[in-house]
Amino acid sequence: MKTKKKSEFAKLPSGDKVILVIGYTILGLFLLAIILPMVYIILASFIDPITLQNSGLTFDFSKWTLTAYKRVLSNNQIWIGFWNALLYSVLFTIISVVVTLLAAYPMSRADFKGKGFFNTIYVITMFFGGGLIPTYLLISNLGMLDTIWAILLPGAFSVWNMIIARTYYMGIPRDLQEAAEIDGATEMIYFFKILLPVCTPIIATIAMWQFVGMWNSYFDAMIYLNSPSKQPLQLVLRAILIRSQPEPGMVSDMQSTAERAQLAELLKYATIIISSLPLMIMYPFFQKYFDNGIMAGAVKG
Amino acid sequence: MRKALANASADKGGGSKMHNTLVYLRQHWQLYVLFMLPAFALTVIFRYIPMGGILIAFTEYNPFRGILGSEWIGFENFERFLSSPDFMRYLVNTLKLSIFGLLWGFPAPILLAFLLNRILSKSAKQKIQLVLYMPNFISVIVLCGIVRIILSPTGMINSLLGTNTNFMTMPSAFRTIYIASGIWQGAGWASIIYTAALSNASKELKEAAVIDGANIIQQIKAVEWPAIKDTVLIQFIMSVGNIMSVGFEKAYALQTDLNLNTSEIISTYVYKKGLLDGDYGFSTAVGLFNTVINVILLVSMNALVKKMNEGKGI
Repeated sequence: MKTKKKSEFAKLPSGDKVILVIGYTILGLFLLAIILPMVYIILASFIDPITLQNSGLTFDFSKWTLTAYKRVLSNNQIWIGFWNALLYSVLFTIISVVVTLLAAYPMSRADFKGKGFFNTIYVITMFFGGGLIPTYLLISNLGMLDTIWAILLPGAFSVWNMIIARTYYMGIPRDLQEAAEIDGATEMIYFFKILLPVCTPIIATIAMWQFVGMWNSYFDAMIYLNSPSKQPLQLVLRAILIRSQPEPGMVSDMQSTAERAQLAELLKYATIIISSLPLMIMYPFFQKYFDNGIMAGAVKG
Repeated sequence: MRKALANASADKGGGSKMHNTLVYLRQHWQLYVLFMLPAFALTVIFRYIPMGGILIAFTEYNPFRGILGSEWIGFENFERFLSSPDFMRYLVNTLKLSIFGLLWGFPAPILLAFLLNRILSKSAKQKIQLVLYMPNFISVIVLCGIVRIILSPTGMINSLLGTNTNFMTMPSAFRTIYIASGIWQGAGWASIIYTAALSNASKELKEAAVIDGANIIQQIKAVEWPAIKDTVLIQFIMSVGNIMSVGFEKAYALQTDLNLNTSEIISTYVYKKGLLDGDYGFSTAVGLFNTVINVILLVSMNALVKKMNEGKGI
């Protein structure tokens, strides 16, 4: 393989060789820029905070420690955060996917009366809205502050995903629908038994987008949820990573403020690793669905 | 079902249009009640009712008296922020952040796609893509946490340079940090769409070009660029349409007390004024101003595309 590539490379005109070398170098540097910080964080998460602060990374393994991991993992708030994030993400994904897939079906039918009306109503919301305060006051008036509904409902219907699903439905051969009609299938039977099963790629894509989106966001939770017991992972992370205010339980046994500050720094590294691990491990398995979805979106564009 | 509809209207001797609609609704009520209602209800409640709340922007809003009970003050809120030098700075910050972000961030994925397209070994290409896409799955908070760690006075960058600058407190560094970390996180992921378009470039065309002795630049001009041109155009227009909606989450997570000079943008200002200071009317007015500019940008962009694209807008 390598020799083949080499000979192909050798055959190229010299101008091309220069361009290719420059190109590969840029790509290599970009990859390095992605990998280096990650490796740095992983290594630093194992190193004793004082050593890290004074002399940086070291491969003197006597200075390595699992303290940070133990402290982060033994803290309740992280687990509460994980659990809430999982709960919100799963429920949000289910609600969102169901509502979006259902709405996309009438919109995909040529004979649906009122399509133009609904289309206009939905598309307007992609570009225009009431903004932060009116939405906040509505949630407050509905009595949804500090409840899970404030997180789940307002963003559940995604017009963009509806358009993507609709485009996908419209790509399903019409013979399928006509055959179903001749067999006397009702709308419900056609939709659930015939249409949905052939749409699994796009369903998986939309579900993944919604799941990852909810898992990684923090704004709605920050403004709508107050109780510590309801905070999703990202808010717990925000306290540790951005505000440098870890859960008191994680550092309070340290004597001096300096020690506490050092420990708080070390906890950041371990927290990043622990919180990113689930998606990092899952992502390669789902990659092809994301690719499909992007293509589906591109078709529309 | 269309057949059934045709039969039904034939039975009634081709009744009035109104009558046809009623027959259609009776036969297809499921489409409206089961399929459409949930999405429609969510849209009306959570999107359209808040639009009514925009009236708050024209009042001295008092939570206890409600929108209609609060004092009506016309455009006073708008005058207040439009005449404030602070607001002008936030507006400029917002525009600079998104325009520079677009200038740097937009070409990056296209360049990556061209580079990826030149990787001959399929398995190597896949491995590279796996790495390139990975940062996309890191959350905003973790990304900003990493940025803060790497750029801290004792962090990786400073130990590489042998300095101990605190980049997070430098107003002049904020935009660079924001944009560079955005490229770090998003350029790989954004390149997918171009890589896909490039893979649609005709193989035969490219082979013919190679046989004709075309060099890489000529190949790109004749084969590859035409294959992705439309995609590039559409992506560009969508990005321009989003210029005023720079994300709140990342800007807020990268703010420190000392870099606010450049890091305060309209969305973070709306949040602070509204939810932290409780100045509801003012905050709503600023938000409305932002939305209106965005809509104007989008509509004019769409008109431009229609003109260039023979009548087809987005």
